[in-house]
Amino acid sequence: MIRQGGESKLTLLGRRMFILSAAKAVVVLGIFGRLISLQINESKKYKTLSDKNRFREWKFSPPRGLISDYFEKEIASNKQVYQLHIIPENSENLELLIFRLKSILGLSEKNVSKIKKKIKSQKTWDPVIISDNLTWSDFSRINLFLHDLQGAEPVVSVARLYTEPSSAHVIGYVSKISKKDLKTRDYLQNKMAAGTRVGKTGLENRLDSKVIGDVGYKRYEVNAYGKRIKEISIEPGKPGANFRTTLDLDVQKLAAKLMKDKSGSVCVMDIYRGDIVAMVSSPVFDSNKFVHGINQKDWDYLMKHRDKPLINKSVSGLYPPGSTIKSLAAISALENDTSNPKTIIHCKGYIEFYGEKYHCWKKKGHGYMDMREGIKQSCDVYFYEVARKLGIDRLAETARKFGLGQLVLKDFVEEKTGVVPDTSWKKKYIGKNWYLGETLHAGIGQGYWQTSPLQLCLMTAQIANGGYKIEPRIILNRNQKEKFDGLDQFIINKKLFSEDVVNLYEFIAKFKYKSLFKNPENIKFVQDALFAATNEPMGTSYGSRLTKEEFVFAGKTGTSQVRRFTEKQRELEIKNEDLPYEQRDHALFVAFAPYKEPRYSISVVIEHGGSGSKSAAPIAKQVIKKVLEKHSLRESSRGLGGTA
Amino acid sequence: MFRSGSIQSHLTLRDKIFSLDLTLFVSILILGIISFFAMYSTDAGEFAYHTKSHIVRFFVFFSLFIAVSFLKTNFWYNSSAFIYLGILSLLVLVKFFGLSSSGSQRWLNLFFINLQPSELMKVGLILFLAKYYHRISSTDVNRPKFLFVPLLALVFPVILVITQPDLGTAFLIAAGGVVVIWLAGVKMKFFAYLGVVFLSITPVAISFLKPYQKSRILTFLDPSRDPLGAGYQITQSKIAIGSGGLFGKGFLNGSQSYLDYLPEKHTDFIFTLFSEEFGFFGSCIILGLYLLITWRIVNIGNITRGAFGKLYCYSFATAFFIYVAVNMGMVLGLIPIVGAPLPILSYGGSSMMAMMLGLGVVMSCKIHKDETVS
Repeated sequence: MIRQGGESKLTLLGRRMFILSAAKAVVVLGIFGRLISLQINESKKYKTLSDKNRFREWKFSPPRGLISDYFEKEIASNKQVYQLHIIPENSENLELLIFRLKSILGLSEKNVSKIKKKIKSQKTWDPVIISDNLTWSDFSRINLFLHDLQGAEPVVSVARLYTEPSSAHVIGYVSKISKKDLKTRDYLQNKMAAGTRVGKTGLENRLDSKVIGDVGYKRYEVNAYGKRIKEISIEPGKPGANFRTTLDLDVQKLAAKLMKDKSGSVCVMDIYRGDIVAMVSSPVFDSNKFVHGINQKDWDYLMKHRDKPLINKSVSGLYPPGSTIKSLAAISALENDTSNPKTIIHCKGYIEFYGEKYHCWKKKGHGYMDMREGIKQSCDVYFYEVARKLGIDRLAETARKFGLGQLVLKDFVEEKTGVVPDTSWKKKYIGKNWYLGETLHAGIGQGYWQTSPLQLCLMTAQIANGGYKIEPRIILNRNQKEKFDGLDQFIINKKLFSEDVVNLYEFIAKFKYKSLFKNPENIKFVQDALFAATNEPMGTSYGSRLTKEEFVFAGKTGTSQVRRFTEKQRELEIKNEDLPYEQRDHALFVAFAPYKEPRYSISVVIEHGGSGSKSAAPIAKQVIKKVLEKHSLRESSRGLGGTA
Repeated sequence: MFRSGSIQSHLTLRDKIFSLDLTLFVSILILGIISFFAMYSTDAGEFAYHTKSHIVRFFVFFSLFIAVSFLKTNFWYNSSAFIYLGILSLLVLVKFFGLSSSGSQRWLNLFFINLQPSELMKVGLILFLAKYYHRISSTDVNRPKFLFVPLLALVFPVILVITQPDLGTAFLIAAGGVVVIWLAGVKMKFFAYLGVVFLSITPVAISFLKPYQKSRILTFLDPSRDPLGAGYQITQSKIAIGSGGLFGKGFLNGSQSYLDYLPEKHTDFIFTLFSEEFGFFGSCIILGLYLLITWRIVNIGNITRGAFGKLYCYSFATAFFIYVAVNMGMVLGLIPIVGAPLPILSYGGSSMMAMMLGLGVVMSCKIHKDETVS
């Protein structure tokens, strides 16, 4: 039976096997074709995809550029920081590890729960930062117990360090990148890395895009789960650019020390170059606290402090200039020919004007005054009269010319313009017409005036240098190195030509200074009056004078009222010290030195400090001495490196 | 006619050794050696668990292959029904006592090995059907009465395996069975009917599919649908093979597998790993070896005198080819990922055992080519 069917069965089998073989050939061709297409034709594409799988880059932030003072002493530098990371998957018993770390480092419960949350939220091989700034003793203790702390990794890294609290406001501080930073700062697009900090205030903010540097890359081979297998290459990145400022750390330190426990500002400026030698706002704060995220307690302290330590009072504190405006009022009146230095006015302690009394600070009155005496003794009555004749708009014009009411530097987002009041200003911002009485107040620097200490410093500098417009600067630019090369000659020539106005103008034009006066004699007159105010008996700052010839300075006190005295208080002769702190006057003092050949101007403002002569001038005196002592060193350090 | 004379073998051991098909023998051995290196690479260049266990298995089952081939074809002919039923009962046992892994119950714990009876069924069904069709006359082949047993013998284990669930193996078992039935001479129209029935139950079957099985099919149709999920395997496999290029990345340098981008690199995706490291030339060598083996099996079928031997060899050759084609098609992204090992190369004891058994029977047909069965 089997045999019978066998023949045809085997034939059929053979035929069908042949069909199957043909089908197989087709399939083999298909597979072969696919192999050719994948491994030969599209190989390049797949190689790229494979590399994309294989490599991943981790960015890390480079050290920030250094910011130094004029003598290249570092103000903002970098330090090694000791950090502790844990890699959860390397730990056999995570709970135990955290418990041990908690006892070694004294972590709080809140900290621990935060860390645990972080661990849960990320992959087990990604490091969790337990602390980004350990003390050396904690760090060494961790290293001591390291054999017992499997999964913990001590890491040495680099972070911003601020060496001088006196410069906290100028330099500003860095902190973690916020969402807002990402939106507003385009340069951050490719600067983002773990540990990147951005400048939030001061020069750190201004220079951020240059100081921040270029991120480095670590290229790792990673597996399918994203775990790093081995390091392939390192692109170290580029440290940020270094910057040299015009500041003098010694002066900064001294000013901060003198201003300790006071609220206010000290500014010092080179009257020819516009270099800001010192700019201290008090009270100072420790900007290092922001680098790793400030804690709530410290933040609350800073926010609730009466004297608002975070505000840079030198550029964003606004005060009525008080009597310091009198030099400007005098210049304005002389330039506009509304007053004559010889004009005598009798001060009996007040004048009456349209039935209203305008008081002089000296209740008994100064007696007969000319303009020099008016400035020297700061007679309010004299300047009521000067202002009345001058008119507010002309005074305002001069004030703006000398730098009030506008930004002094372009470097601080926090800087404020202040207010130089005039008729159109009042109409625009208050909506009312100007009263003549307000002109009288403006003449002694009260009323609507709002000036920053730096503006007053600039104003004084431009009076001191003989009335030339300068451009204040705080960052030294290498390109401008030669800008002041002929300065010494200029100073000599200026004296030489001072009698010969025609020649002087020609010379000034050559030096690219812009003059702010019509007649240099007017400036000279005010300089002399300011000399008298400090160095002659009866002068308002006579008590704070320096007698050594090279230190002799000339200055003007000022007291700006926080509130208006009532007639009753005036009669009771209430002393400033007896008022509640918030109601006490601000004390101001502006000066320039040395008198014979001025080089520096200074402004000191002490909030609620009482009178300028009692509290502000003594501080200015010590700062001036320091600045002048360092003058020759400063001159010889001019050639030091500039800024990239 | 040979009924009485053919039962006893007149061949000595020496005869048997000399009549081994050398090409087949060597091809299998070479493939085995290649598989050691591939396995060594999956263990990231260490002589670790998979490599050791794979080498041991290969030699154990290669010995089995020789032992099987020395046994007379008639023995296998006679015991085929027993073998089939034995495996079938193991499949039933799996339903009750099987070990589960990743949601599917496929293995029996035999202590020295975790046996996957469905793999053995691939060969068992072919053996059984080959015997069945050997026994009936060609006139009966197309009578509906005689279609009943083969269909039942095919459908029963396939359903058992589908419900494990193991779609890939079920498909491969069914493919082997259908091949025997086709080669036996069942008319085209029955296959047409079968096709119609299959198409009509497909929608019903799909509704029974597990979500992951559905997603695999959908993903095959459009791999970009879910590149990180179900499409991940296809995408990564294609990247690995494609990035191998002409000569490959070199032994132990397959970054895709070394860095764990390749799924199932020991088993279903072993060809991908080899292709990545040895490139187009390596792929062609593997493909060539499989074709050589297939060709040799068909050749043995040609020279075997008996219908059983021929039917078995042709069927097994075709089934073997299908296993290879399905696996390669899968890793090359030509067909959906179904879970089919590559014969001999893939890690897995049961698959290795089944292939060696199947090849052993082929070799037995070669050695005993002049003896008929009854």
